[in-house]
Parts: sequence; C-alpha cells; structure tokens
Amino acid sequence: MPKLMTSRRSLLKGAAAGGLLTASPLVARFASAQSSAPIKIGFQQHATGIGAAYGRWYGRTTDAAVKAINEAGGINGRPVEIIAEDDGTDPKRGAEVVEKFANQHGTDVAFGTLFSHVVYGSAPAAGEQKMPYFVVSEGHHVASGKLNRYTLQPGITDVKSQVQAMAPYVSENLGKKVTMIFPDFAFGHDHRDFFTAAIEAQGGEVLEHIAIPPTETSFTKYFPKIPRDTEVLYHVMVGPAVLTFVKELGEFFGPSSPEIFGFIDSLEAVDLSSPGLEFLEGTYFWEGNPRYAQADQTSFDKNFRAAVGVDENGASVSDPADVSTYAHMFGCWETLHVIKAGMEAADYQGPQDRQKLIEAVEAMSDMAESDAHPQGPKVFNGKTHQVFGKQYISRVEGGKLLRVHATSIEDTLYPDEVDYTTMTF
Amino acid sequence: MEFGPHLLLATLEGAVGAAVLALTALGLSLVFGVMRVVNVAHGEFYMLGAVVAWFVASTLGSAPATGFVAALLIAPVCAAVVAMAADRLVLKRLHYDPEATIVATIGILYIMQQTALMGFGPEARPVAPPFNTRIALPWVEWGENGLALFYPWGLSTTSYKLFVIAAAAAILIGFALFLSRSRFGLIMRATQLDRETALAFGIPVERVYSLVFGLGAALAAFAAVLIVPIQQAHYLMGADPLLLSFIVVIIGGLGSLRGTVVAALLIGMSDGIISVFFSPTLAKILATLLVALVLVFRPQGLYGKKRA
Repeated sequence: MPKLMTSRRSLLKGAAAGGLLTASPLVARFASAQSSAPIKIGFQQHATGIGAAYGRWYGRTTDAAVKAINEAGGINGRPVEIIAEDDGTDPKRGAEVVEKFANQHGTDVAFGTLFSHVVYGSAPAAGEQKMPYFVVSEGHHVASGKLNRYTLQPGITDVKSQVQAMAPYVSENLGKKVTMIFPDFAFGHDHRDFFTAAIEAQGGEVLEHIAIPPTETSFTKYFPKIPRDTEVLYHVMVGPAVLTFVKELGEFFGPSSPEIFGFIDSLEAVDLSSPGLEFLEGTYFWEGNPRYAQADQTSFDKNFRAAVGVDENGASVSDPADVSTYAHMFGCWETLHVIKAGMEAADYQGPQDRQKLIEAVEAMSDMAESDAHPQGPKVFNGKTHQVFGKQYISRVEGGKLLRVHATSIEDTLYPDEVDYTTMTF
Repeated sequence: MEFGPHLLLATLEGAVGAAVLALTALGLSLVFGVMRVVNVAHGEFYMLGAVVAWFVASTLGSAPATGFVAALLIAPVCAAVVAMAADRLVLKRLHYDPEATIVATIGILYIMQQTALMGFGPEARPVAPPFNTRIALPWVEWGENGLALFYPWGLSTTSYKLFVIAAAAAILIGFALFLSRSRFGLIMRATQLDRETALAFGIPVERVYSLVFGLGAALAAFAAVLIVPIQQAHYLMGADPLLLSFIVVIIGGLGSLRGTVVAALLIGMSDGIISVFFSPTLAKILATLLVALVLVFRPQGLYGKKRA
C-alpha cells in the first residue's frame, strides 16, 4: 500500500506543478525576456567602516569594469548590472548582505569583499544560499580550504604566496634578522605565519612578532619591543590609522633605522608626500600592482588607469590628493572579467546554471596579461580556487615608488592544501 | 629596550593621551553636570573638530603654522555652533528629558557621522603640525666612570607632543579660573546646583543650556585639533574618545572638574603604560574594571558630591 500512496502523491504533485507552470503568466513572461534581462552581480562593498577607503576605490574600479564589459557587448549578450550593498566592513553584516543578494535582489553571483574577517563571516552564507561568491581579499582563507566550493578568489593573489615570494629578496638584499609588525587578526596572522616560515627557509629568522589591534590609533608605545639587533623591520598595517602608524615609526627611529620593508597596505590610499613620511625614502614596499606608472608601463596598465580614472601617480584624475588603493583594486577588474569568461564558457543563463559557472571557473588555468588582466599574467588553480601571479617590490625614490624587483609566478606557488572540486555542491 | 627608558617613553605617550582625554571628558562632564544630558554625540563633536581642522588647514594651505592656528580658533567655534543648533532644534524640544535626550543624541551621532562620510569621505586625512622636531631623550647609566648619559634607541618625543600636553594644561587651568572667577562661570554653577532656583533668580536657564552644550562641544573640538597633527582626521574617530570620556567622567564624578582631570590622568597614563608592558586589551579591561569598582563602592565618583 505505501508504494501506491507515494506514487499517487508524486503524481499529484507533478500535475500541480505542471498546472502551475502553464497557468502562470509570470513564468512565460520571464522565459521570453530571459535572454535580454541583465546579469545581476551583487557587490559586497566596504562603503563604511574601517575598509571604507578601499570600498570607495573598489566601487570605482567595479563601475569602470562593468562599463567596459557592457560596451563590449555584455555577458552572453546580456548587460551586466551591479547591485552594491554596504557591509560596514563587518562580518555579521557581510553575511546578511549575501543573504539579501540571494533572497531579495536575486543576484546571479556575489562579489567584491576585501577584508578577511568579512570573508570569513560571509562565505558560509554564500555556501548556504548556493551563491557563487567571488572575493577580492588576498587572504589565504580560500586556498587554505577553510571555506567552501562556492567561494573563489580568481582576481587577486593570496598573502601566503605574496610573503613567500618576498622572503628571498628580503634575506638577500636587506638582512636576515627580521622583526615583524602586523595587525592582530586573520590577515595579519597570515603574514606572521607564512613570512616567518619563508624567511627561515632562507636561513633568516624573525626576532620578534609585534601584533597590534586593528582598531589601535596610537603606535609609539609598541615600538620599544623592536629588538636592538633587528636588521629589517617588516611592517603591514590596515585601517584608518595607517598614516599615524608609519609617521610614528619614522619618529621613533629618527636617523638610525634598520632597513624597512613594508606591505603597501600600510599606505594604501595615503599620499606618499604626506607630512612626516620623508623618512620612507629608500625603504621598500611590496606592491600588488605598482601605484606609480613605471617606465616600462604596459598598454594594459595604461588602459586600466584611463578606464578607472587614475593618473600616473595612482591618484584620482580629478583630485591628485585622492590616492587610490592601486595595489588591490585591480582585483575587482580582473575578477569581473573572470566572471564574464566563466559565464560565457558555461553558457550561463540564470541561477540554475550557478554550478556550471563554478565548474567553468575551476577549469580555468592560464590567464594572459591583457586588458582583462592588466596587473600581469596569472595562473588559476581550480582545486584551491586561488589565482597566482607576479608580485612587485618597489623602493621609495624621490618620493615615488620605483619598481626594483618582480617575482615570477613560480616564486609564489606552494603545495595545494585543499581540493574544492571534490566537495559536493 | 631596557625598563627605565621604556617606562619613560610609555609615560610620555600616556601623558599626551591623558591631556587630550582630559579636555574631551571635561566637555562631556560639563554638559552632564549642568544640563543632566548624557551626550552620546560628544565624540562626533570631537570628530567634527578634526575634520574642520583638516578643512581649514588644507584651504589655507601655505604654512602649516597659519593653518593650525586658524584651525585652533575656527574648529571649536564651528563645533559650538553646530552643538547650539542641535540644542535649540532637538534637545530643547524634548525638554531635556534624560531618556529622550540619550536617544536624540544617538541620532545626532549618526547624522554627524554619515554627513562626514558623505562630505569628507572615508579616508584618514593628515594635518601638518606647526612644528615637529624630534627630541632624542637621554638616559642615565651607571658605567665605568660613574653616572653617564646616553641616548637609547627610540627614546624620543617630538616638540609637538610636548606642546599638546602644555596646551591642554593651559586650557584646563584657564577653564577652572573661568568657572570659579567669571560671571558666566557663576551662572553655570548656579544652574548646575539648582535649576529651579536659578530660574527664579532670573537666570535665562535655556540660554545657559545652549551655551554650555556649545562649550562642551568646543572643548571636544579643541582637543581634536590638538591631536589631529598626530593622528589623522577620520569620520569614525569619535568612538574611542567617547567611550574613554564616559569612563573618565564616571570615575571622576559627573560634573566635577577636578575629578575629571584626575581620572583622565589615571586612565590616560595607565592606558599608555599598561598597553606598553602588557597588552592594550588588558589596559581596557582594567579601566572597565575600575569603572565597575567605582560604581559599586563610590557611585558618585572619586570627587563627585553625594546628591542630597
């Protein structure tokens, strides 16, 4: 008897569903409009909170990329529409934004998160909503395997590969005894763990780790912990107080400082000619993408700057004091082009094709340097959902950042820690 | 760094923090003492001071000193005008009801913060200090030839940081004199003591309220102009001083000038020193613990008077 019951029920259900489908005028209308309806990309933007300076430039880059994509015919013949939501640079709000994209805006994918704690907070929501989530964060969280199959980072490299590629240069040219200063949260801990291991592999050592709370506004009190025999000071800081941090560093050392190697994060959106930064002359920075147009600038970088509205000093063309987050924001541009390439490869039609989209992106590998990838050539690892690319080291000379070293992509590779492709959708 | 120089450095850093905190907390304490209004938007007047300072300094451009002096004069006035407008438009209409004004000032907080985000932007913007010489500090050491001076690595301060401490002290002393010697000081104290009687004696209490609210905001703005060459103007910078001001005002005793200064020194210095030798989190924990202890054992604060 139960067998009969089941089949009758499913029959009824099927009939009801079929009836609904044919009876509903809505479905018919959507089906006919499907080919021309815009592809909606939810943009999780740090419009307020400690990431707001990044959020603004991520916004400008995203708008420029979408304009470029639409002018070239959109994706699969459909225009792209960005739906931006502010997450306040807050993990809890971030998860709500992802849910809002899925349930309220009905976006096709979500994209754009930078701060690693917001990625950590939002990725589970993306997994639950089965929403492809393209982060532009540089955190190692994607490749570490801690997230899920729906979260990918195809447009910007991760901290682990960045610091690993820096260590040989630092130990060969600057010194082997390093003291590290970093923000006390996931992103800073990535720096701490991976650089310490990488410099030890080069025969160097880290004398002291100095963790600073990300909300700190005054820094001089931390600097006495820097050991006297430090040869290289490695600094990375984020948030609105970065300029204070770098200025106080200069005031602390005065004329007798060790070599200083910093991640440009410590000075993103900050004018190098700000008062108090003169001491940076001769110090070194990692740059994800050189802020100042270099002598051998590619046409791709030139076009990218023109599209976003950035001059050769990395500032807004309309206001030279409005300095961009140039070392990171190319990630938005490249990620949107990867989404376009993925959707075209998967012949993406609507949310029912989200899995096909992820599989299409996972199948990508080489990405040539081009207008779609102005920062440089990249290699995507479909198993770890992480892209790898060149890293740059610049030296401050005459108040500008001059590129002195570019790593190869091979310098940045490390063994896989996860295979997301084996996880179910 | 050895213990001695390290402690000296921590003390200097703590003193700068304490000086600025004393001014900010004084504004909060004044407003509460006279008006019985808990001004949650106090930190935003601090932020406003910093933002106006940046605006003035960058508009005048030329020499850092001119811009800074102009900011020192203009920013407190701007903050005072905004505060007085808020008082007239909002607080007065709520009849200074304690609960309603808390909610209203939370609203003012958000309005000011978001206006700053829209108009000023999300970046931290610097103001050049009028003068900023690095002063390396010597330390004594018992060497082979008896006591000897030497200059430890990193033991230094800047002339501007010393100026901040001096300027804050001068304002505090000036304010104490103003409160005890001037006619308006007398009127404020009268209003604080007993609103009804003051009214009966012909004191225009509502005008006094407006002025006090403006004065409180001006003090916060002044503190911000002092700090902005060290830290930058940012639209979220009001949160920290607000929290610390509340802690200071609770520990010192609401409405007590002396208590506010003593508590600001205590909190500012301990924050500087504890966060150097232990961790900044521990400094915050201890400050909060102190608040709890004060509330339990001396609810009126260290220097507050018991209410009859």
